[in-house]
Amino acid sequence: MPARGYHLSKDELGADILEVAMGPHHPSTHGVFRMDLKLDGETVVDLKPIFGYLHRNHEKLAEDIPYLGCMPFTDRLDYLCGMTNNWAFALSAEQLIEIEIPERAQYIRVICAELTRLINHCLLVGFFINDLGALGTPLLYALREREKILDLFETLSGARMMVNYMRFGGVRCDLPDGWLQECERIVGRFPAFLDEYETLLKDNEIVITRSQNVGVLTQEEATNFSITGPMLRASGVNYDIRKVDKYGIYDRFDFKVPIGAHGDCYDRFMVRMLEMRESIKILKQAIADIPEGPIMGNEPRVFKPDPQETYGRIESPKGELGFYLIADGTTNPYRYKVRPPSFVNLTALRHMCIGHKVADAVIILGSIDIVLGEVDR
Amino acid sequence: MSLIAKGILQGMAVTAKNFIQSYYKKERLPTVEYPEEKSTVNQFTRNIPFLVYDGEDEIEGMRCTACKLCEKACPPQCIYIIKDTDENDKPIKRPKVFDIDSSVCMSCQLCVEVCPFESIRMDSEFELSNENRFEGLLINRDELLKSNEYYHEIHPIEAQETDDRIAAKIAEAETKKKAREEKARLAAEAKQAAAAMKAAEEAAAETETSATEQAQQSEAKAEAPEDNPETKNT
Amino acid sequence: MSEVNHVLVTQQFPEVEWEEKNSCFIVPSEKATEVVTWLKEHPAFRLDYLSCVSGADYLDSEVKTKEKNEDGKMEVTITQVPAKMEAVYHFFSIEKKTGPVLLKQRCMDRDNPVVQSLTPIYRGAELMEREVYDLYGIHFTDHPDLRRILMWPNFEHYPMRKDYVIPNDYDYEPTPHDEVIERARERRAQLEGGSM
Repeated sequence: MPARGYHLSKDELGADILEVAMGPHHPSTHGVFRMDLKLDGETVVDLKPIFGYLHRNHEKLAEDIPYLGCMPFTDRLDYLCGMTNNWAFALSAEQLIEIEIPERAQYIRVICAELTRLINHCLLVGFFINDLGALGTPLLYALREREKILDLFETLSGARMMVNYMRFGGVRCDLPDGWLQECERIVGRFPAFLDEYETLLKDNEIVITRSQNVGVLTQEEATNFSITGPMLRASGVNYDIRKVDKYGIYDRFDFKVPIGAHGDCYDRFMVRMLEMRESIKILKQAIADIPEGPIMGNEPRVFKPDPQETYGRIESPKGELGFYLIADGTTNPYRYKVRPPSFVNLTALRHMCIGHKVADAVIILGSIDIVLGEVDR
Repeated sequence: MSLIAKGILQGMAVTAKNFIQSYYKKERLPTVEYPEEKSTVNQFTRNIPFLVYDGEDEIEGMRCTACKLCEKACPPQCIYIIKDTDENDKPIKRPKVFDIDSSVCMSCQLCVEVCPFESIRMDSEFELSNENRFEGLLINRDELLKSNEYYHEIHPIEAQETDDRIAAKIAEAETKKKAREEKARLAAEAKQAAAAMKAAEEAAAETETSATEQAQQSEAKAEAPEDNPETKNT
Repeated sequence: MSEVNHVLVTQQFPEVEWEEKNSCFIVPSEKATEVVTWLKEHPAFRLDYLSCVSGADYLDSEVKTKEKNEDGKMEVTITQVPAKMEAVYHFFSIEKKTGPVLLKQRCMDRDNPVVQSLTPIYRGAELMEREVYDLYGIHFTDHPDLRRILMWPNFEHYPMRKDYVIPNDYDYEPTPHDEVIERARERRAQLEGGSM
């Protein structure tokens, strides 16, 4: 796609191709991430994503500790969504040892995962608008709402982000008294915030001109690039692992999967806004239906699964989060591989940015929704 | 784009509403001025482990028995324990060194979950900054030891549950002990009875030393252990 | 987990091996492109989405299997398993909503492992294959841009390999207890001795 608006090429300027290293310390790269850009005037002709600054070889670490010991490390992958990371790992390990999960624990897991989705999308939308140039204000409104959910997590698990809450066969502790009522109150008020936020941004002319037709991915490209999550659905592919795999108890809830039509940045933004509304629907049903009962099966803390391989995946807020585990009959995993959604979604960055201006590269990166803790592992 | 930027004006109305309401509505301005006001922790917050002791004396009331389960369970291996010894170099159930490296600890609470003596618990203290990056961040045993009252102060519900559990454990141990004592007493009584019977038999044997009565005596001996379970049951 | 119609594949490609234990296809590298293209197009599979590429490293090992023989005695058989490296691909079908289908490219030569890259067919594999190359040292032929991705460019080893030894070049570690600190002290003494 050619760059829009008035454009001076390098020949008109009498200049060469300019190489710019954007990052690793740059406010709009969402962490220590570097884009090596080649610019013709203001147009991007080539882009190389460079990362690994946060690399700590999470996968190697996990080979030396028991399965349960890996759980707190998963919080630090995508540090905004500790709950879904926990769940994905618990799901894969539960496939190894085949445990029954109590009903109440299943509901708690769904509630936590959907609250995490609210947190993540709130933050992403806020930062996306921040990247567009609306410094501060809309982001802080989003952070303010996120704070309330983080307080819920703190009451539940003791920590705001590094929750370490799920266990193989259930969850660590039961909901404290009054937690569900508080949760219901916050979820009940959330749509009002979303309405306000949509009034603030949805019809904003600047947001529309900056983000529509920018960073377009067609359906075929999105599938071929292994894109997952809201980004895939913004390109018009109806694929939500909650609907496809029906892991946990997602088959019991009535919710829709929002689909975009153009696959541009604006669609990605709107798909996330709509997903928050669907999450609220799921949350309301889950809070109404949650039964009393045990929260944890009687499972040993250390176990030795038979030698086998398993791949468990869930729909994390950023896309498909998978754990590929190889067990060798000892207490530690032989191989522990994370399939991080934002790392794979980055593959399409170069393709989407070429032909756009530098300022657009920033919002395309923002619309991918990366977290460097997960990209670098 | 329309000439009159309707969307932008709508957005400005929202920000204006937020601005004005932030003066009188708590939910529009939930921030606090941190060092003056500390509303950042609640009673469920966990940050770094500490050791609970009962009573007045730190060393005597220490619940930790240096079993090293937490050291093994800690994923980043930030706990370091050395068992204490008495003057004769015999190990006693108490840590001599109990260090937690707070720069490594990731507040995962796995040590709390494995502790069978309810000794290690999570603190909600979060102002741990220090001038010395290495030794200053290493928290040793004496700094880690905090009283049960402090535990009740920071985590009232959890501490109460722990206390109840410990009380139940002690009560159970006591009933068990009592049962054991009762059993021992009854066994001793039975033994005494058997011994008395034996003595009586022997006395009888002394007077009448015929071969047939020897056989009777052995029969009586065989009967004596059968009496014991009955006495136990009563 | 859905059932995989593996007979269809092994009929079409006799070189492809079906491993029952892990329910995966073992594909020889020279056939990989052909097999995957076929799987992508075939109406029974339509594997249009490559979810995950991972590496796996196995050293020489012995597997002990205990079995009861006719006399009722336990008999231990020891089988030697040779060292190998694998590139594991997890495929799903977005169109048919099925999966996963596992496909492995195996190389027995651990010193110089080479497999076929699938990036020309699935562009999503680009970064994931680079990561496998970076951490395991498996070379992907026909990969457009095979460079290190997480480690720095002049790093020499492949850290995820099972025989990787952690280098002894600590400067100072803030863990005052591990053997790490001892090594750090030695290292410092060594450096100071060298500079003087």
